[in-house]
Amino acid sequence: MSDAINAIKLSNAQIAWRAAQDIEDGAYVNLGIGFPEMVAKFQPEGREAIFHTENGVLGFGEAPKEGEEDWDLINAGKKAITLKPGSAFFHHADSFSMVRGGHLDVAILGAYQVAQNGDLANWSTGKGGVPAVGGAMDLVHGAKRVAVVTDHITKKGDPKLLDACTMPLTGVGCVTRVYTSLAVVDIEDGQFVLREKLPALSFDDLQAVTGAPLNVQGTVGDLIVPAL
Amino acid sequence: MDKTIATVADAVAEIPDGATIMIGGFGGSGAPIELIHALIDKRPRDLTVINNNAGNGHVGIAAMIEQDMVRKMVCSFPRSADPRAFTERYLEGRIELELVPQGTLAERIRAGGAGIPAFYTPTSFGTDLAKGKPVEEFEGRSYVQERWLKADFAIIKAQLGDPMGNLTYRMAGRNFNPLMAMAATRTIAQVSQIVAPGEIDPEQVVTPGIFVNGVVQVANPQQEESLNRQEAVYP
Repeated sequence: MSDAINAIKLSNAQIAWRAAQDIEDGAYVNLGIGFPEMVAKFQPEGREAIFHTENGVLGFGEAPKEGEEDWDLINAGKKAITLKPGSAFFHHADSFSMVRGGHLDVAILGAYQVAQNGDLANWSTGKGGVPAVGGAMDLVHGAKRVAVVTDHITKKGDPKLLDACTMPLTGVGCVTRVYTSLAVVDIEDGQFVLREKLPALSFDDLQAVTGAPLNVQGTVGDLIVPAL
Repeated sequence: MDKTIATVADAVAEIPDGATIMIGGFGGSGAPIELIHALIDKRPRDLTVINNNAGNGHVGIAAMIEQDMVRKMVCSFPRSADPRAFTERYLEGRIELELVPQGTLAERIRAGGAGIPAFYTPTSFGTDLAKGKPVEEFEGRSYVQERWLKADFAIIKAQLGDPMGNLTYRMAGRNFNPLMAMAATRTIAQVSQIVAPGEIDPEQVVTPGIFVNGVVQVANPQQEESLNRQEAVYP
């Protein structure tokens, strides 16, 4: 089963592409460190999102060429960035006012686990070591939409979409949509609602690798993504 | 009025053992490397350090930790490309950690500077980091009570400064610096250039001088990221 899924599942770039299709023109967007940052590369033609980084920049652009970095100009992942016309700098309290104050349209984050009630676990596996949270617990509150991009299952084949998270929570009831390597799933009224799935995958096979019931309301769309 | 200080050594001379110090910067951006290194030369011990991170490599805060000057870190993200200085001591139980979500850290510092002892935030509700904190419901949502954060000293980095203590910052190097300037009993800023009063347009002042006690010029300041790429070690 997991070999069959590995053969058809979307790559991280393809998951990021799918998530990018839902970002409206003019949206203010925060992308989590790492995998979610890829969403910026796949802005649909003719739409412009304004990206926020919690260390204090709105309207940043791509990474500079190697050798042209300015280390006062970095993103939350401490990588060098560039500015687009109309960008702005601000201090951390203003930056998190944008986050918690409901001014961001979309936050897109990674996940270890997502529960059917919208609980998110993405900051600690709970196994010890040095704990580090950064802005994750702030970002899950305030954005009008909090979306997750993730593999549908772990490397060991365990479901990441669950009836309840077993790892330490980042936030309670905060996720509104999950883009996985197999499906697009909304969270509504404490339930997973399947919106799209890979056409090559049957509903039953998808349900078998999902740790809570997938509900269907109306038609389930085909999750079709370019090769990239 | 003249708040200028001649050298970075003079600027940190009063910081004693056991002090609580806010240090500006997010990673290396906006980090006052020269003031930190001057503090390492003086070597006060048993310090509580408030910063977003817990050092990277063998310079700046990481070097303070390597010199065993730091008893406790208050930060949101004690990981970095090279976090060994903090990690080793933390796992051996030789350094304390108070982990604070990044936005809560910023707001606690702002509250400290603004004279607001506590506030409610949605951040961390229902998580391990809210344990033991009062929770209250407002308009149907639950919020966690957090308390102000203050310090004996803040050492920060700015771009322009004048003898009145007015400051501007450079790009994303602003980050925690203006907040920390407000929240410490004594705030020392290193600036790339000291200009005469009036040369900073009042419309452009980010930190008004009332929040700043001392200004020291460090022309061409070092960047933590560049030092780490050169594998620098301090001292």
